[in-house]
Amino acid sequence: MNDEDLDLVFKSLGDPTRRRILDLLKERSERSLFEICAASFSADGKSLSRQTISQHLDMLERAGLITTSWKGRTKTHSLNAAPMKRATTQWLKKHL
Amino acid sequence: MRIYVTSVFVDDQAKALKFYTDALGFMVKNDVPVGDHRWLTVVSKEEPGGTELLLEPSEHPAVKPFKDALVTDGIPATSFQVQDLNAEFARLRGLGVAFTVAPMDAGPVRMAVLDDTCGNLIQLIEMKRNP
Repeated sequence: MNDEDLDLVFKSLGDPTRRRILDLLKERSERSLFEICAASFSADGKSLSRQTISQHLDMLERAGLITTSWKGRTKTHSLNAAPMKRATTQWLKKHL
Repeated sequence: MRIYVTSVFVDDQAKALKFYTDALGFMVKNDVPVGDHRWLTVVSKEEPGGTELLLEPSEHPAVKPFKDALVTDGIPATSFQVQDLNAEFARLRGLGVAFTVAPMDAGPVRMAVLDDTCGNLIQLIEMKRNP
């Protein structure tokens, strides 16, 4: 993992909504944009626009923290914790 | 002024009629030939005088990309209310209906999302009772 990848991971994690999305995908994987919006509303009563969530998902995908796949004709998102683990062993661990 | 009809675009009216009556349990209100298609509406048996649902042909070229984009993001074309979501979920699954979202909490409601086999996702909701 180079510095650029590391930056992307930490930058992605530096936002409460994106951390919340990762929590929701840990509870259940393979969720559509619509389902993530509904789950996020249900979790904290705060309604975020689909466009906002969609942008957060793009950022998380660029950092490798989520992966996408297709369930029928619907695009779904799942958590991928591997970059977090790599960021931990490669840098965070030095200070823990 | 009142809302007497709302619509979903269906890929095939005959197939849609079967799904919306046999599976969902609505009944036909109007079925009138219009050109190559039909003015085909269904209503809820619980509310025969209520708003009709028009099963509208997906013929216009703008419809398919619109429907496909909604399905890609998992967004339902419309939403129906049920008394007991878990019971409907079990009943419909027994009939072979595919769900993209199993019953889950969504704020003041519980919801699930199913595939209508005619190119749409349909949301079912149950209002939570006030504590």
